[in-house]
Amino acid sequence: MGQTIVEKILSGHSGRKVHAGDIALCDIDFAFAQDGTAPLVIKAFYEMGGDDVFDSNKIAFVIDHSSPSPNEGVSALHKMMRDFAHEKGIQLFDIGSGVCHQVIPESGRIRPGDLIIGADSHTCTYGALNAMATGVGSTELAAVLYTGKLWFRVPSSCKIILEGNLPKATSAKDVILFLIGKIGADGANYQSIEFTGSLLRNLDMAGRFTIANMVVEAGAKCGFFFCDEITREWLTRYVDGEICSVTPDPDANYERVIEYDLSSLMPQVALPHEVDKVLPVGDVAGLKIDQAFIGTCTNGRLEDLRIAASILKGKKIDKKIRLIVAPASKRVLLSAIEEGILQDLIEAGGCLVTPGCGCCVGTHNGVPADGERVLSTANRNFKGRMGNKNSEIYLASPATVAWSALKGKISDPREFFE
Amino acid sequence: MKLVGKAHRFGDDINTDLIISGKYKFKTLDMEELSKHLLEDLDPDFFKKIKKGDFIVAGKNFGCGSSREQAPLVIKYAHISAVLASSFARIFYRNAINVGLPLVECDTSKIDEGDNLVVDLEGGKVIDQTKQEEIDITPLPSFMIEILSAGGLVGYIKENRGWRI
Ligand code: SF4
Repeated sequence: MGQTIVEKILSGHSGRKVHAGDIALCDIDFAFAQDGTAPLVIKAFYEMGGDDVFDSNKIAFVIDHSSPSPNEGVSALHKMMRDFAHEKGIQLFDIGSGVCHQVIPESGRIRPGDLIIGADSHTCTYGALNAMATGVGSTELAAVLYTGKLWFRVPSSCKIILEGNLPKATSAKDVILFLIGKIGADGANYQSIEFTGSLLRNLDMAGRFTIANMVVEAGAKCGFFFCDEITREWLTRYVDGEICSVTPDPDANYERVIEYDLSSLMPQVALPHEVDKVLPVGDVAGLKIDQAFIGTCTNGRLEDLRIAASILKGKKIDKKIRLIVAPASKRVLLSAIEEGILQDLIEAGGCLVTPGCGCCVGTHNGVPADGERVLSTANRNFKGRMGNKNSEIYLASPATVAWSALKGKISDPREFFE
Repeated sequence: MKLVGKAHRFGDDINTDLIISGKYKFKTLDMEELSKHLLEDLDPDFFKKIKKGDFIVAGKNFGCGSSREQAPLVIKYAHISAVLASSFARIFYRNAINVGLPLVECDTSKIDEGDNLVVDLEGGKVIDQTKQEEIDITPLPSFMIEILSAGGLVGYIKENRGWRI
């Protein structure tokens, strides 16, 4: 029987041919944790009898969630991470480096066909690079640091075929919001998604990362893009040596095949408090906002800041609202400075915060007040996500957020592009 | 292993931010303290209502959202003996087993708030004593039961000095 991408990668890492439903014990190529999860990793590592890590070159810690530290509790946890990283000789991406899911691919740690484990649910982002990457909890990550291995139940696969050309003013974020709206927050629960179709031929790596980043919002374990010229071109900037690729067999078995032609896709918005409550922007246009946020591992890349700047350049955001901008990494920040993007965003009224998670997860950098409404480029709008359960979070693309920031209310970015 | 307690009823898609808000979890590793905030955005008094051994009973996709292990941990520290749901989110499912919190996948649609339940993990059934009904449960793979019996993955790895699959 033929194999899907995930079946091939898990077979390769477990030393036997596996199919969906099998349990496989696999060797891990790279593992990491961030400051929300690493402290528990360290605790569990010692409790389970850990001493040396299995391979210090295959592990990293990233301080991005509350970075720099907003209070003494967090400072103690950050110190714990720094001490452990130093003692075990593992790489530490300290404050200001950026969000783990941008920093790690940029550090050249991800290659097609790799098996990556992260103590963060959006680890699935690296599927954009044709790698199997998935999030686990702290204790499992500790077991990986100790043994270099982890068990997997081989997931069944869902093939999503995307056809057509994206209309102006829409982007990868609209694609993935639309898909999640269609299949639901558990529409791909336990599954591996393979993306294919003509639409992807013109989709840059930033867009692929955005889509892969959010597959977990449909419950998926991982999501894959194929390794093509666009992937190779991106990778050669960060990794040396030959780049392989993993493709499914022609007779591979899919539990579900979904096909969409997105030639007339409209900009999409996810409504509070569920990521799958998705409507075309026109249906919610006019709703006043208090805070706009451009950043996160979903949409804090250079391409995202660039489109926002192209909309905001030479203009001023609405007086009643604030705009927070968090570049996804130091590299993104530096490029944005060099291109003048940052100047445009700040002159338009944007407030720049440290590369990292920004206000995405409610730890610092822009917690909304009671009754306030936030329009964000992030991936989650759960109640209380940004630190206040009495606020509302709407999710949209960088173009929609930037255009809405100008207007002070949720607005259709097609008005700008026309 | 037979567990006995009352049902506390919740709906579908209960996510990890609802279980324990990020604003607490980044501050401390003190699970006793965190557990007081369990599900407080849905029910501010929930922690006070729990009697040792009680169950959380929910609909589909329980535990969706982040990979924070604090979510199953705070449930365990709040003295909930198991979570029953019609389905669980993937990472939460793994995390719960790894921290030694039993999960029961079964049809929860007929269980109401306050029902007296007996959960028989080995026997593969839930008995709703209030309704006098029996519900079949989806059995766990054997190595997961081994992890649960070791009190979680820490105990399992310590005992076996690695994996035994
Ligand atoms: S940016 Fe938000 S979603 Fe991404 S890793 Fe940080 S907290 Fe998680």
